[in-house]
Amino acid sequence: MTAYIVRRLLATIPVMAIVALFVFFLLHLTPGDPAAVIAGDDASPADIEGIRRKLGLDRPIWEQFGVYVWNLLHGDLGTSIFSNMPVMTLVMQRLEPSVVLAIATLTVAVAFAIPLGVLAAWKADTAVDRVVMGFSVLGFAVPVFLVGYLLIYVFAIQLRWLPVQGYRPLANGVVDTLRSIALPAFALGMTYMALIARITRASMLEVLSEDYIRTARAKGVATPSVLLRHALKNAAIPIVTVIGIGFALLISGVVITETVFNIPGLGRLTVDAILKRDYPIIQGLIIIFAGVKVLVNLLIDISYTFFDPRIRQ
Amino acid sequence: MRIRNSILRAGLRAGLAATALLLVAAPSIAQQPKVLRVTMHADVRTLDPFWTTQTIAGIHGMMVYDTLFSLDTDLNPQPQMVDSWTVSDDRKVYTFTLRDGLTFHDGSPVTSKDVVASMKRWGQRDGAGKQLFGYTESVAEKGDKSFVWTLKEPYGLVIDTLAKSGTSIPFIMREKEALVDPTQQVQEVVGSGPFVFKRDEWVPGSKTIYEKFKAYVPRKEPPSGHAGGKVVKVDRVEFVWLPDPQTAQAALVAGEIDYLENPQPDFLPMLESDPNIKLDVHPAMGTMGLVQLNHLHPPFNNVKARQAMLYIISNADYLNTIAADPKLQTLCYSYFGCGVAMETDAGSEPYKGAKDYKKAAALLKEGGYNGEPITILHATDHQYINPASLVLVQQMRKAGLNLDVQAMDWGTVVSRRAKKEAPAQGGWNIFITGTTVLSSSSPVTHVGISMACDKAWFGWPCDAKFEEMRKQWAFAPDVETRKKIAAELSKRAYEQVPYISFAQWRNPVAYRSDRISGVLSVPSVPPMWNIEKK
Repeated sequence: MTAYIVRRLLATIPVMAIVALFVFFLLHLTPGDPAAVIAGDDASPADIEGIRRKLGLDRPIWEQFGVYVWNLLHGDLGTSIFSNMPVMTLVMQRLEPSVVLAIATLTVAVAFAIPLGVLAAWKADTAVDRVVMGFSVLGFAVPVFLVGYLLIYVFAIQLRWLPVQGYRPLANGVVDTLRSIALPAFALGMTYMALIARITRASMLEVLSEDYIRTARAKGVATPSVLLRHALKNAAIPIVTVIGIGFALLISGVVITETVFNIPGLGRLTVDAILKRDYPIIQGLIIIFAGVKVLVNLLIDISYTFFDPRIRQ
Repeated sequence: MRIRNSILRAGLRAGLAATALLLVAAPSIAQQPKVLRVTMHADVRTLDPFWTTQTIAGIHGMMVYDTLFSLDTDLNPQPQMVDSWTVSDDRKVYTFTLRDGLTFHDGSPVTSKDVVASMKRWGQRDGAGKQLFGYTESVAEKGDKSFVWTLKEPYGLVIDTLAKSGTSIPFIMREKEALVDPTQQVQEVVGSGPFVFKRDEWVPGSKTIYEKFKAYVPRKEPPSGHAGGKVVKVDRVEFVWLPDPQTAQAALVAGEIDYLENPQPDFLPMLESDPNIKLDVHPAMGTMGLVQLNHLHPPFNNVKARQAMLYIISNADYLNTIAADPKLQTLCYSYFGCGVAMETDAGSEPYKGAKDYKKAAALLKEGGYNGEPITILHATDHQYINPASLVLVQQMRKAGLNLDVQAMDWGTVVSRRAKKEAPAQGGWNIFITGTTVLSSSSPVTHVGISMACDKAWFGWPCDAKFEEMRKQWAFAPDVETRKKIAAELSKRAYEQVPYISFAQWRNPVAYRSDRISGVLSVPSVPPMWNIEKK
């Protein structure tokens, strides 16, 4: 097992190198000029050229790539062209809101989706199944910003129970954080709820038709025990995969939710950087996101061994 | 009886405890810092107001730095850091003396060395500053508190330029920062303005925090616009960046922010109906939309083709699309904006009249246009440029023009517009942008109207006669003469068509009148001093 993990970790090195190469050249081949954005609307072409020179953007692309790789090998993701702050500092400022939002969203989603998925599978082809799947379709179909605005209108403007926007850090108290994250977690959780509920149902239906389930029922095992101990555990692998991928996606940013609820997360940092052509931030974030995805995939693979002992061998 | 007594005793104890709690709590309530929460039109991303000409950098600068002169609410220049000044008889030598009590946030006094270095740095970046320095022989300190500005010629706009409140605003930095190359960003933000920037709490893309500068000595005059005493009445100002306009207006309605600089026109009726929210519009506040034409390439390198556009573009169509509320609209045909001293529609007859596509087609033909594709850079992610571009495309297609509309984000437009190559080689023919009425109110500060060929703004219009007239305007001795020259400039501009201004609309600010008072009315770069939080 250890050798497997080490092998997988070593395999991340070429993956990250390819990501670094691609992101650098793709960005520099894409139209756009940070110097023009910095200089502002009233700047003259000569001003823009001056800024471009100072930022080193007039140097040959290979020279810029060399500096980028050299810094990367020294663990330096660079400095934001606009704010002059190290990319790592900017990422660390945004990490807590993103992680808290991801965990809260998945908690809300899993807490509702798995029971609903199990219920739908158990009551397959009945009215209960149709209601659950109807809700699931709705969760996919309704855009997250619409759910967000509706939640804001009801819970923040009309009832005044929760704040409209903003993130309160954990350092200010867990209750404050939970209050600030409740609406975005629920709005975003709707989509993941729908996805996980559908996967759970499909996976459960497959397992419920297996011989060992029929045997368990024939032995007189109680339905909850059949569903949860025998069926759900064996149906867990695709569900865990979806949750894991969902976590990686949530960490790498959910721009619309972050924008609607003003959560200063990594998604907004990425999009803002792209719109402003802040190359060091974009490059740094993509490297980090690639790392997170590789790590999450590894964790998912390891988790399979707990659900299916055959994989350990 | 015993029960009643015990209830009474318990009640008494509870009453005493509550009173004690209130007494303990009272001082802490009294000491609660007064925090003003505002959402500006953009997020503070760069801290050097000379490095970028973005208005948000000017707003940040206005918090942290001070200025020699400022405009009052009627847009008249008034002294701010300057205590007194004299002008020589030949109007070539200005001697300024700084007022007492000016200190930087690090405690060091503001000296004339700081002022001279700051002005030289600003003069390398700002359009009006470059103009002023073009007529400057020297700027030199005279002791710690005075400095002398010597001109080569009696340029008439020295004080007006130093008082300008459109970006880049001539702020005073420490000499240390002012000596930094203006194409490079300063590392430290230490001003002498009424607020101190809290770098340790700054989260770019989310929030920017300022605290009251307790050692700031305001002028004695009452506040007016950016002029007068900058008396800070809150302990802390938080710029909360809310990128989503719907969320921003909801946050204002819910009282999570006190002030919203730029509510979207769509939400104004909702805000107007809230009794706790007040909308404020300065007479000179607003945006002017510009259809920028590239003078280097066909068809708009020919004046006839540019004139043809005046018969195609209809002002009202843009206004109804961008700012549907008639209260926000101004049908404006002045190159220098409407509602300002230099407003003039001289020479605008072809533009003001009914749209005439036949006339436009004839002019285009005369100008050598044979149906080649006209490349339009369409910024799809911009609040008003996107709808304005759609209107323009519709109007030009109605006139029978062959268009190559290229959709892109604003970031790509700003880099692409700098390309002088032909449209087929990555250049362009048309893009849409905007400017503030304040910036365009003077032929000198209005960079888009310059027709200085290679030195002009993107589009590179070229007309020596117009540039000579701009110079005359700058040297005019009084406002009346300037108005006359502005009318001549307008006529010439309508002949040469450097660009076409498609509309003027107002952008009110919105604030919680039940929570704050003392909001100062300005056309742009809103000041945060004088605002009291209840």
